[in-house]
Amino acid sequence: MVVKPGSELLPTARPIQLIDENGDRATRPRSGGHTLPPADALLAAYRALVVGRRFDQQASSLVKQGRLAVYPSSHGQEASEVGAVLALRPTDWLFPTYRDSVALVTRGIDPVEVLTLLRGDWHCGYDPAAHRTAPQCTPLATQAPHAVGVGYAARAKGEDTVVLAFLGDGATSEGDFHEALNFAAVFRAPVVFFVQNNQYAISVPLDRQTAAPSLAHKAVGYGVPGVGVDGNDVAAVLAVVGRAAERARAGEGPTLIEAHTYRIEAHTNADDATRYRADGEVAAWLRRDPVERLTAHLRRTGALDDAGIAAVADEAERHAADLRDRLPAQTPPDPAELFAHVYAAPTPQLREQAARLAAEEN
Amino acid sequence: MTALSMAQAINTALADALDEDDRVVVFGEDVGALGGVFRVTEGLTARFGESRCFDTPLAESGIVGMAVGMAMNGLRPVVEMQFDAFAYPAFEQIAGHVAKMRNRTRGAITLPMVIRIPYAGGIGGVEHHCDSSEAYYAHTPGLTVAAPATAADAYSMLREAVELPDPVIFLEPKRLYWSRQEVAPRARTRPFGEAAVRRAGRDATLIAYGPSVPVALEAAEAAAAEGRDLEVVDLRTIVPFDDATVTASVMKTGRAVVVAEAQGFAGVASEIAARVGERCFHALEAPVRRVTGLDIPYPPPKLEHHHLPNVDRVLDAVAALQWEDA
Repeated sequence: MVVKPGSELLPTARPIQLIDENGDRATRPRSGGHTLPPADALLAAYRALVVGRRFDQQASSLVKQGRLAVYPSSHGQEASEVGAVLALRPTDWLFPTYRDSVALVTRGIDPVEVLTLLRGDWHCGYDPAAHRTAPQCTPLATQAPHAVGVGYAARAKGEDTVVLAFLGDGATSEGDFHEALNFAAVFRAPVVFFVQNNQYAISVPLDRQTAAPSLAHKAVGYGVPGVGVDGNDVAAVLAVVGRAAERARAGEGPTLIEAHTYRIEAHTNADDATRYRADGEVAAWLRRDPVERLTAHLRRTGALDDAGIAAVADEAERHAADLRDRLPAQTPPDPAELFAHVYAAPTPQLREQAARLAAEEN
Repeated sequence: MTALSMAQAINTALADALDEDDRVVVFGEDVGALGGVFRVTEGLTARFGESRCFDTPLAESGIVGMAVGMAMNGLRPVVEMQFDAFAYPAFEQIAGHVAKMRNRTRGAITLPMVIRIPYAGGIGGVEHHCDSSEAYYAHTPGLTVAAPATAADAYSMLREAVELPDPVIFLEPKRLYWSRQEVAPRARTRPFGEAAVRRAGRDATLIAYGPSVPVALEAAEAAAAEGRDLEVVDLRTIVPFDDATVTASVMKTGRAVVVAEAQGFAGVASEIAARVGERCFHALEAPVRRVTGLDIPYPPPKLEHHHLPNVDRVLDAVAALQWEDA
């Protein structure tokens, strides 16, 4: 038996970066041979980052005001979520987790519908088929095999759809992560596995999650390319996901991407991050902020000026105000709907229970 | 009409479904070249090609999870779990997603898929090859749970399962794989949710499903020799549950015994006994009895006959239905 070399599947020594912490262009070897996306793509990403961050702040405020039950913040991870989504076509599929609300907003889903889950009105507020975006998944990594199946079916039907599955660092310890990567590799399914390594699974740090040199290194075990990327550099995320998507679309199979980023907030409003991490660590990551970095870069290249910044800030503010205005108008479904979607046709037992509940309501 | 074994009937149902609907795909462990460890998928890859019936890596959660995605995107996957107890790695996918996707998305995403599980014991199999796992699935809202007892039903019910817009747990009683019955080509029996009265009787009702139906029928024959006329109801689907047929039978006979091979505590047999008690209390001449497996992990092959419900135990339960008061 001849063991094939796998070195071409290994990630680069350091995560790929195209714009550094100061807003300057990164060069080889940090760029990993990727070229900087064009100015219009970076401006679109800038807009999505600012709108996404404002949405995230607004959602966190709504929790404090008691208008949302819970909100797992994307703060600090916006470049990963925005870059990954903007690298996809509208016909591609997205499999988000509970932390990826900014990705959903970037995808064009109504923020009110994004927050339906977290208001406690229903388990998913948007139409996944219409948006080609699965419901936000709560049990870790369980959405990854679904992504493989959607990709497999697309290829069986002769479509060039690509599927991107978001995962967190904690999810890479789950069996479904392994099974999905293995299935995708064996069937050459057009899937991009995008791990946001934000350093913590609630309170458990990465070194308790894995002894691997990096999460991207896990790919080689499946015969899949593993790529590490600076998850706070939206330009690098756009480029790396873009290449992985092209590869998948061309029938060359899946890619595992590890985006190195950081969860600035606690796991959710119900969590206390001071119990397991030091303030200094957060401060260090704040200096690598994805929005400030891109702003500095675009200013330096002349693509963005004060007026441009103000215009995008205004737009983000309008979206936030619109969300505040419209959220209260959303009302939970009629309790009768509890029985409506369990089966295509309710069982006789469900019809009896629906009648009893209706009688209680009257 | 041809006499088919239940395994052949299921094979024919899969072939006809593959033939009639391009969206149907069959996959699992050893289902391709080998034709499955019970040969249920024999010849399907040769006839329909590797794209329609294929082997996967050995990972049940991956198999069911991939099927979820395929169903989300327009296919109709029919997957095989090699054995009942080998399906447990897939349980999170089944309970967490398969059962809930329609409800979660308010009907926007439906999962037309079938999970076939060779199930239950009585074949001298080892510990992890003989579980009666129906209660786990029946307890999970959103799943349809089917357990045929005849070859004709196996064909008809599998065709219906593949056509249904919702996920179906299709429990194939292993010990009935080789039982034969005349099955007319492409013949449908009756729809899900309708139990079948396999034997009409006046004195007591035996309620069974899957592998326990032949036991109940044999017990009814033996009881007839002793002058007791037993009715046998074959549930066919545990979910949906046919309260109407069961209730009508027990209201008529006034006595009921539930026969199920699974361990009894907190099981499907207990649910049935409770439902009959709630609906038929004033017509009952005696408490509803259960004849089930023992509350033990599945026994080794040489001891399994102690565990499985048999004719004598059913007759004992029938004898205990307070006939002296009649």
